Formats: sequence, structure tokens, C-alpha cells
Amino acid sequence: MTESALPRTAAGSPTRAGLRSVASDLASDRRAFRTASWGKAMMWIFLLSDTFVFGCFLIAYMTARISTPEPWPNASQVFSLEVAGTAFPLLLIAIMTFVLISSSGTMALAVNYAFRRDRRTTTALMLATAALGATFVGMQAFEWSKLIHEGVRPWGNPFGAAQFGSTFFMITGFHGTHVTIGVIFLLIIARKVWRGDYEEGRRGFFTSRRGHYEAVEILGLYWHFVDLVWVFIFAFFYLW
Amino acid sequence: MTEIPLGPAVETEPFHDDDLYHPRSWLTKYVFSQDAKVIAIQYSATALFLGFVALALSWLMRLQLGFPDLVTFIDADAYYQLITMHGMMMVVYVLTALFLGGFGNYLIPLMVGARDMVFPYANMLSFWLYLVAVVLLLSTFFLPGGPTGAGWTLYPPQAILSGTPGQEWGIILMLLSLIVFVIGFTMGGLNYVVTVLQGRTEGMTLMRMPLTVWGIFTASVMALLAFPALFVGAVMMLFDKLLGTSFFMPALIEMGEHLKYGGGSPVLFQHLFWFFGHPEVYIVALPAFGIVSDLISTHARRNIFGYRMMVWAIIAIGALSFVVWAHHMYVSGMNPYFGFFFATTTLIIAIPTAIKVYNWILTLWRGDIHLTTPMLFSLGFIITFVNGGLTGLFLGNVVVDVPLSDTMFVVAHFHMVMGVAPILVIFGAIYHWYPKVTGRMLHEGLGKLHFWITFLGAYAIFFPMHYLGLIGVPRRYHEMGDATFFPESAQSLNAAITVMALVVGAFQFVFLFNLIWSLRRGEPAGGNPWRATSLEWQTPETPPPHGNWGRTVPVVYRWAYDYNVPGAAEDFIPQNQPPAAAGGMA
Ligand code: HEM
Ligand SMILES: [Cu+2]
Repeated sequence: MTESALPRTAAGSPTRAGLRSVASDLASDRRAFRTASWGKAMMWIFLLSDTFVFGCFLIAYMTARISTPEPWPNASQVFSLEVAGTAFPLLLIAIMTFVLISSSGTMALAVNYAFRRDRRTTTALMLATAALGATFVGMQAFEWSKLIHEGVRPWGNPFGAAQFGSTFFMITGFHGTHVTIGVIFLLIIARKVWRGDYEEGRRGFFTSRRGHYEAVEILGLYWHFVDLVWVFIFAFFYLW
Repeated sequence: MTEIPLGPAVETEPFHDDDLYHPRSWLTKYVFSQDAKVIAIQYSATALFLGFVALALSWLMRLQLGFPDLVTFIDADAYYQLITMHGMMMVVYVLTALFLGGFGNYLIPLMVGARDMVFPYANMLSFWLYLVAVVLLLSTFFLPGGPTGAGWTLYPPQAILSGTPGQEWGIILMLLSLIVFVIGFTMGGLNYVVTVLQGRTEGMTLMRMPLTVWGIFTASVMALLAFPALFVGAVMMLFDKLLGTSFFMPALIEMGEHLKYGGGSPVLFQHLFWFFGHPEVYIVALPAFGIVSDLISTHARRNIFGYRMMVWAIIAIGALSFVVWAHHMYVSGMNPYFGFFFATTTLIIAIPTAIKVYNWILTLWRGDIHLTTPMLFSLGFIITFVNGGLTGLFLGNVVVDVPLSDTMFVVAHFHMVMGVAPILVIFGAIYHWYPKVTGRMLHEGLGKLHFWITFLGAYAIFFPMHYLGLIGVPRRYHEMGDATFFPESAQSLNAAITVMALVVGAFQFVFLFNLIWSLRRGEPAGGNPWRATSLEWQTPETPPPHGNWGRTVPVVYRWAYDYNVPGAAEDFIPQNQPPAAAGGMA
């Protein structure tokens, strides 16, 4: 009866190394990912799925751009911002990108302070992140209205292939929606942190589950992901 | 820097009972329930209902094909609408919903020893979004223009142009419905995946999970990666339709006039669609594979042959099925070199699939086979699946596929492999688990009759279609017309198929009757009528109550296939039986 001990699988055997230990961890009981809570695992897998959504959008964009017979509009011309009479190519987008990347920084800090249970600083940092995110969406709205003003429409534009406007509005719109949802959740969770929900184990309104400070980290994962996606959109739309 | 403490969730807390949501009212207990078992029943009931609707649609199609002038309101347009709604309903709203939403919800938590899914609230939303999707889909029957007739593949440009029925509302609501379905499924799918990965009980290692869980788990992962393509395709086509974008629309002339479209790529849609569409076949097949493995093992009282191989085969099939999609596009005009690549990958999938079939047969070999209804259905599955798989090898080869493309041969093939075969598993699984869900057995006699009529009938319906396809009868045609190259007998064969389809279809209502009748009158089943090993049969109460396990969650000591272990007291050892108590070698 050598196996009668509770079968925690191979865990604990000293000879495990490298890939083998990875494999036996994954195959162990209860949890495949030992350090990930349910919520965190869920967010990672959701992000994987969402990567496929954005991936499909971007591949569709590339296909559309390659297969349309009309010439593609010149990005540095279309996306230039006029300041004091001179047109600066990519100025607005550079600022937008800077803002969004900065918000990733404040988000990372917020996660750190959340685990120290510093409610004040966490809340402040989350609000700062939300503000930066909202600024980003605001500037995007500005860019949209500028383009619309110049006659760019989903179904056509004066600069070239109609697919330019279609893909641009669709993909930046989809990304902007992600940012907006992120901002809303930042506000909701910042409120919970501020109110001390995670200290007293107050139950969620919908889910009736107790929250943890980990919620900040999970939201952080989402936020960094949305940032990362932006880098790709930026590269494919503005630099190609 | 100070060390950042890890989140509290890392403390080993697979389940704090107080985190289980306890419904307080009738409404939250039975309607807006967060209990996976209730959600499973809601999903299954809705999907079964749709299954009967889709069955009725197939009757109408068959009537038209068998007796062309009988039902006067089925003209070419109506026929297109029928095939479209029938195909889409069956594939997405019936089979996917039944296997993942129905069986997944019921079986995953019970089989891995959890009290519920990990996110019950999202799980509940998943069902309600599914219901919204279903309502959107069905509403098209009542709107001006009726449902879309674009075919279940919804190929643009014709899908959204005038001339295709349902271009007023049908196509718009179809696309919306698919979008809602994908969002709803994602909520459920995340639950199924995370529950399997992170919500198992003590001792339940991945390699001790019943193959049912492996199948549903892998299918859910695949769905989370494949549905995005459908989602994106649907969004883009919706924009083409509503905003006048030209993602999929080339320059076109209609009735002598240039349309506003130009520069889009119809083949792009086909790629997106089949990047979803092919994995979808396996999203339906893998749960069926898993369930069949468990049914065979239980009813042949024998451990599954080559468990590890079975698991790896499931994973290999799941992974490979993401690189074969363009075998549906041999005649689409894509680069011919693609055809070579995709034909190769397609044929490679046959290897893990064949391994599975051999292992099922080796499991049966010298088993103590009980010809119960679930066993009969499992055997029926193996036969129809092998049959459909073989014709799949024909269609996977470019040169053979090109002449067979868009003929009844294709219809015969996919009905065998992804219509009949999974449906047989669903029936078998319902006969197998109904006692757990309701506490009563389904009527065996009626069950066996149901099996023989369905199985033989399915052959009578679909086998002749291979022949019709070979002589060139096209698919999606509402009549054969005056073409001279068909023998006279083709029409009489069509009539015979129709008669069989009506009989077999009608008999499904006997099954429905059995389901309802047995709810009250069925023989009481007890907790473990099949003397099975897996955890769902070891619940303290049957049907399992909210929370599944009473005070303590079970601890698992062995895999799910300890049947006829030499020296053991009984011919099966439940997974949660400690080694000392089992006797024999553990
Ligand atoms: C009750 C038994 C069934 C009968 C009698 C039946 C009959 C038919 C018929 C007559 C067609 C149209 C063929 C054509 O003219 O192209 C068809 C199409 C189709 N069926 Fe079934 N069917 C049945 C069950 C199923 C099931 C269980 C599935 C699930 C996979 C399914 C999926 C499809 C699909 C995907 C199409 C293609 C639709 C299209 O061309 O757009 N059917 N069926
Ligand atoms: Cu395929």
C-alpha cells in the first residue's frame, strides 16, 4: 500500500526539474496554476480569447488593405494635427499613446499599493488611471470628429480606399469601447477600495461574493492588455 | 522594496461554503438560478426545443425534395430559408448549447468534485444571453421578409443583397443573434475552463478526470478561441449591411446598376467563417468523444483502453483542428497551394481520430457488454462516426472534393459525422444521466425502440444521399428540375428518403414522451443505477442538492475507470473510495 498517502501527485519529490516539474504542477490536483486564484485564471483566459478577437480584426484589416484595388490613404498626412499653422504628422496619436502608456504605470502602482492595503493611495492611483483612460477616449473622440469633419466615413473617404475609414472606425472603436469599459470598472473598484469593502469582506451586489484586493490586480491585467493592444493598433494603422 | 503579499485567494481555499450563493426565493432558485445544475437544465430544455423546431424544418425540406409539388408554399426562396435556419440552429444553437451549456454545466462540477461553477453569476448570464440569441433568431420567422436564406455559411456578397430572402430583417437579426450567442457563450466557457483548471477537489488530478470532462474542457477552450472569428465576421458583415462598408463586398452590378460597394474581399469572410466553422465541428465532436468513452467503459464494465492516449488524442485533435479550416474552401478560388497544405493537415487529423476509435473497440473487446440503451447509442455512434469519417477522407482530398463539392454527398457526409453521430451520443447521454438528474430511470423498452428506429432510420435517410451526390444531385436545390442526367429512380429514392425522415422524426416525439412520462412514472433509480465509478454518481443525495456534496467535498483517490479490478469486493470502485477500503490493489 505504498500509494495510500493522499495523492498530491508528484509534488514534493526532490528530483523534479525543469519541464517535468512544470508538467507535474499543471497536472496536480485542485489547481493547474498553483498561484492563480479563480478570478485571475479567468481573466487570463478571457484575455487569450480577446486576443483572438483583436487578432481577427487586425488580420481582417491587413487583408482588406492588401486586397482593395484603390490606393490606401497616406497615414502621416491623414493623421496630422495642425498646430499654429503647421501640420505635425502623428502628433495627436503620439500624445494619446503616451497618455495610455502612462496609465499603465499608475495602474501598476495601484496594484502594488492595493496589496499593502493602502486604501488612500490605491484609490488615488486608480482614479488617476481612470482619468488618463478617459483622456485617451476623449482624444480619440476628437480625432474621430476631426476625420469625420474632413469627410472620412465608414463607407468612403476623400483620401483613397473606402476600407480605410471602415477598418479605422471599427477597430479603434472596438478598442475605445474596451478602454471605456475599463474606466467604468476602475471607478467601481476604486469605490470599493475606498469604502473598505475588501477589508470587511462585504459581498458584491450582483455576485454576492466577498471581494479581495486581488480585484485590483485582475483589473490591472485587463488594463495592461488593452494598452498592449493599442501598441499593435498604433503600429498597424499609423506607422504602416 | 517590501515584499508584496500575495492575494488572499492563494491560501488553499478551493471552496468556502459561505461563498456559495444561496437562493432565497422561488425566482432565484428556479428561474434566475445561479446553480449550474439548474442552468444546465434550462440550457438543455431550450436547446431540445430548438432541436424539435429544426427537425420540423427538415421535414418541410424533405417534403419538398420527395414530393416537389405537395407543399405549395415552399418555393426556392422558402427552401433557402429552411436550410439556413435548420443548419444554423442544429449546429450552433442545438448541438453546441446542449453539449457545453447542458452537459458541461451539469457534469463538470459534479465530475470534478466542485460545489458549483467558479463564477455562478456569469454562468447564469450565459444562459440568459443564449435565450436572447434564440429569441432574436426565432423572431425572424415573424418579421417582414422572413428569416435569411443565405445558407448556414452566410457567404457574402449574396447574404446581404436583394435576391436572397430575408435581406430585410432576417440577415440582420441572424448576425445579431450570433454576436449575442458568442458573448453569452464566452461567459459560460470561461466558467467551464476555469472550473476544470482551478476548481477541482482534493486528489482530482487532471489525469484522473473522466474523459467526459476532458472532452468538454477541450471543446470549451477551442470555442473560446474559435468563436472570436465568427464574432468578428458577424460584426463586419453587419457593418456591410447597415453602414454600407465594403469589408466583404466587391464592386457589383445589380439589375444594371452599380451598387455602392467596392473593393472588399468575399474570401476573407470565408476564412473567418471557417476558422470558426471547422473547430466548431470538433467543439461538437470532442464532448461526444468524451461522453462515449465513459458510457462504453461503464456499460462494458471495463477500464477505458489507453486513457493517456485518449487524453492526448483529444488535445491533438483540438489543436490540429485550428489548421485545417480551408478544406471547406477548395472551390473558393483561393491559392491552389493552400489546398495542398490544408489537405495534408486534414488527413493528419485522421491519425488521432483513428486512435480513439481503436481504443473504443479495444475497450469493448472481451468486455462484459451490457446492451443497455446508453450502450446501444454508443455503439451506434462508433458506426456512424467511422462511416462519416471515411467519407471525410474523400472530401479532404482536393481532387476528389472538387467534383463532389456542393452535392448531396457533402450533405450525407456531414450529417453522418456531425449530425447523426453527436445526436446519438446526446441520446445515449440523456439515457445515462437522466437517473441522476431526476432520480428516475427512463423507460428502457421505449429507449431501445428509440435507438433502433433512430439508428436504422438515420442510415435509411442519409446513406442513399451518398449515392445521390455521386450521380450529381446538387445540394441546396429545392428540386432537381428537368436535368436529364439523373435516372428516373433518383426521384423515387428522394421520396423514400422523405418517408423515412418523417417516420424517424415523428418517433423523436416518443422520446419526448418518455422524458416527460418518466419524470413521474419512471422506476426509482437510486443514487448509482449503473454502478459507475465517477464522482457524480457518489453524491449523498439524488438528484444532487444545491452545493452537490452535503457537508464535505469528496476526496479522490483513483481514476474513473476502476471496473472489474481483480480482488476488489465489487466490480467497480468509486473514485472517492480510499485505497484501504477498496481491497485488492489500489
Ligand atoms: C432529423 C434529421 C435531419 C434531416 C432529415 C435533415 C435534412 C436536411 C436537409 C434535407 C438539408 C438540406 C440539403 C440541401 O438541400 O442542401 C439539410 C441541411 C443541413 N443540415 Fe440537416 N437534417 C437533419 C438533422 C441535422 C442535424 C442533427 C444537423 C446538425 C449538425 C444538421 C445540419 C445541417 C446543416 C449544417 C445543413 C446545411 C445547411 C446549408 O446548406 O446551409 N441536420 N438537412
Ligand atoms: Cu472542416
